[in-house]
Amino acid sequence: MLQEDNASVIPLQINEDLTLPKVLVETAKRYGDSKAAMREKEFGVWRPITWKDYLDNVKNISLGLVSLGLKREDKVAMIGDNRPEGLWMEMATLSAGGIAVWLFQDSLMDEVAHIINHSDAAFLVGEGQEEVDKALSVQGKCPFLKKIIWDDPKGMRDYHDPLLISLKEVMQRGRELDQKDPGLFEKMVAQGKARDVALLFYTSGTTALPKGALLSHYNLLTMGQNMMNVDPCTPEDDFVSFLPFAWIGEQMMSISCGLQVGFTINFPEEPETAQENIREIGPHVMFAPPRMYEQMTRTVQVKHLDSTWLKRTLFNTAMKIGYRTADLKFEKKSIPLGWKLLNWLAYTVVFKKLRDHLGLSRIRNAYTGGAAMGPDHFRFFHALGVNLKQIYGQTEIAGISVLHRSGDIKFDTVGTPITHTEVRITEEGEIISKSPSVFLGYYKNPEATTKTLQNGWLYSGDKGFIDEDGHLVVFDRTKDVMILSDRSIFSPQYLETRLKFSPFLKDAWIIGHEKPFITAVVCIDYAVIGKWADEKKLNYTSYHELSQKPEVYDLVEKQIREANKSLKPAAKIHKFVNLYKEFDADDEELTRTRKLRRSFVENRYQDIVRTLYEDKDNVHMDTTITYEDGRVVQIKTDLHIRKLPV
Amino acid sequence: MPSDHFGPIMLKVNDVSMFFGKVAALSGVSLDVREGEIHSIIGPNGAGKTVLLNCINGLYHPQKGEISFKEQDITKIKTYHRAELGISRTFQKIELFRGMTVLDNIRLGRHIHLKSGILSGFIYLGKTAKEEIKTREFIEEEIIDLLEIESIRNKTVGMLPYGLQKRVELGRALALNPKLLLLDEPLAGLNLEEVEDMARFILDISQEKRWKVTCILVEHDMGVVMDISDRISVLSFGNKITTGTPSEVQNNAQVIEAYLGEEDLYATRR
Repeated sequence: MLQEDNASVIPLQINEDLTLPKVLVETAKRYGDSKAAMREKEFGVWRPITWKDYLDNVKNISLGLVSLGLKREDKVAMIGDNRPEGLWMEMATLSAGGIAVWLFQDSLMDEVAHIINHSDAAFLVGEGQEEVDKALSVQGKCPFLKKIIWDDPKGMRDYHDPLLISLKEVMQRGRELDQKDPGLFEKMVAQGKARDVALLFYTSGTTALPKGALLSHYNLLTMGQNMMNVDPCTPEDDFVSFLPFAWIGEQMMSISCGLQVGFTINFPEEPETAQENIREIGPHVMFAPPRMYEQMTRTVQVKHLDSTWLKRTLFNTAMKIGYRTADLKFEKKSIPLGWKLLNWLAYTVVFKKLRDHLGLSRIRNAYTGGAAMGPDHFRFFHALGVNLKQIYGQTEIAGISVLHRSGDIKFDTVGTPITHTEVRITEEGEIISKSPSVFLGYYKNPEATTKTLQNGWLYSGDKGFIDEDGHLVVFDRTKDVMILSDRSIFSPQYLETRLKFSPFLKDAWIIGHEKPFITAVVCIDYAVIGKWADEKKLNYTSYHELSQKPEVYDLVEKQIREANKSLKPAAKIHKFVNLYKEFDADDEELTRTRKLRRSFVENRYQDIVRTLYEDKDNVHMDTTITYEDGRVVQIKTDLHIRKLPV
Repeated sequence: MPSDHFGPIMLKVNDVSMFFGKVAALSGVSLDVREGEIHSIIGPNGAGKTVLLNCINGLYHPQKGEISFKEQDITKIKTYHRAELGISRTFQKIELFRGMTVLDNIRLGRHIHLKSGILSGFIYLGKTAKEEIKTREFIEEEIIDLLEIESIRNKTVGMLPYGLQKRVELGRALALNPKLLLLDEPLAGLNLEEVEDMARFILDISQEKRWKVTCILVEHDMGVVMDISDRISVLSFGNKITTGTPSEVQNNAQVIEAYLGEEDLYATRR
């Protein structure tokens, strides 16, 4: 299926010569000092950075990098929170013909060393002391590293390693080079070609070591254009950049779309203030993984549990109206005038305020992607009147290939392909796609490249099908699909997201592939259940102790029964166990984008899996936990197994 | 990281004695604090550490001896005049206004530097407005950023966890823009992570070019004291035993004796 709807809404001509820096230069020329390219909240005040400032900074950094020896096609690795300097660095690298490599902020030392080495990065850019410490501790293992650049001076007064240089100094060097060789920057930008590599992005990898996907300027520009053909953005839009730059979704918005349209990118003061800052800005577009929306839902649910009778009643009534109207929209039926009126009332009394608190007061399009989102969450946001849509894509196709259209949203699908994008299903049921944004290949990994790229088609490794309306339905990673006792195929993620709709459950892991029935391992939400326990006067000292309380088991059982109600017999959950800890990316149980690494947990918790299918009430655990500060604690415990009457 | 270069003597405590009835809390204590150093005062419980701090900032007036700050005798002057001279402190037990926000608590510390009176404050024009804007910038830009409390700026202090309240107290003391900061057990009751943060802040305040505040630190966490102090004075039963660098103090026979039975002297939390 090839889509051609509203093509050429955006006038940008993407040809063989166009690169991201050229777009930056053009946009900066168009707006100059008259429009803010970015805003950063600093010292409690939002400070604008105009397009002219943006370009000037990029230019100085870019020339500074060149004076330090950056050559075309050199890699620059970057790590740090979302901040203007991060984007300047990235654009400066691209302007000089370099390749940007982003690392996740919470990467462990080994991951940092692996990626720096694998990408043979010549420069590492860290934000401040924390990143510099990480970099210095791995420098011995990274022979290609020429310089470590930092920009936040806090705590850096006693660092005198010759490998270090501050961003200020880099920019000063850039200014000096500009005086010596005026026009050099423009020359460098002009040398760029559309097919040059722009990004080397390491995919999170639920299965193995991260692979480095090479994306060209052409890939990124066409991606932005094809996405905005479906959902146009305007230069007046506000966007808040708070998700890791190392996530392709953030690149889609900040670079691919942001540069082309010239909307304003807002940076929160600190990661902890992001939610508050989003509320202050009230963005028009937002793209976040499901966990962000799950967190919002959870916040609302928890506040709801806490509030007064009157407020609860108002909220419940408004939600009933919201759900009804949303369901009518999903069914593509017209909404009767009475319901429209009621919905307006519900909006005025409840939703308006609620959406403001969530930072969604002005939202036009809210996107989710990166993992599956449960139908309950989808309905919840549409009931509030938030136009939440699913994006399906992967790093290898610059982030997006399929998207819900406004007014044509089915929450069990991911929508239809964006313009100039073709999606097919192979005979084996694998989703494959073709578009101008399909990546160039994996860096130093021809084997994986030939497996993934065949005749211009990108093999996703995901299973799915195209339904009667032409929507793509994604099952799951091929290896994650499970076969139930009645031989039907089922997605464990679907069950997991259903469970996660309960505010009390933080994570769930569904087991049942080729087993007689389905079981679940549950991670309770410590904050929410902790508060619930306080009110019930239950004593506990740790996550582990709380999770094993019979009362907590009763509570979790109630949540699972609720989810079981709407499931077919073979998909109902028969037994569950509360885990003694939350799943954690540092323990390799989750990827950095918080996807469950099934094969890993299956191996790690094989005792639990085995016991769940035996006739036992307890599973004995004897294991060690390594805390972040290096302490190792042995855990010996019995976890209860609770059976549900099914 | 202790450095060897200190400026002139900033605070001179000369032969100070302090009695409560017949109990001598301090007997003839003398010590010098040099500009730029982190000077710790340690000693077993009841050694007179807090009494000494109270004498320095004027809560107590010693019966004998003199205290001079920047070569000015301050023994007799009132607490708030000492604050104006640039001596600020935090308390062992948190002394914040619990019903006010973090920002307001910090602003209070700045109050002493506002020159406009109540009347012009009501009118809020020209100089007063300008002054308030400048103060606001000062507080927000530097203290909140330094202490990493952006996310709780507008929260009521009483609702915050203990560790954060401690930080706010440090913030308020800093708002005075002090030259000498007296820290009374800033680490007590904090968990490991909070201790590390606080130690980092104290080092920043002492060494960062913007602040360069001389610190007197009374603290029981010997791991941190030995790590961050430039010099240490040891008190025991109201007498000063010695003053020296951390390694000198650790090897001093009298100090070891004073601490006999308190085996946690060198115990750290790590």
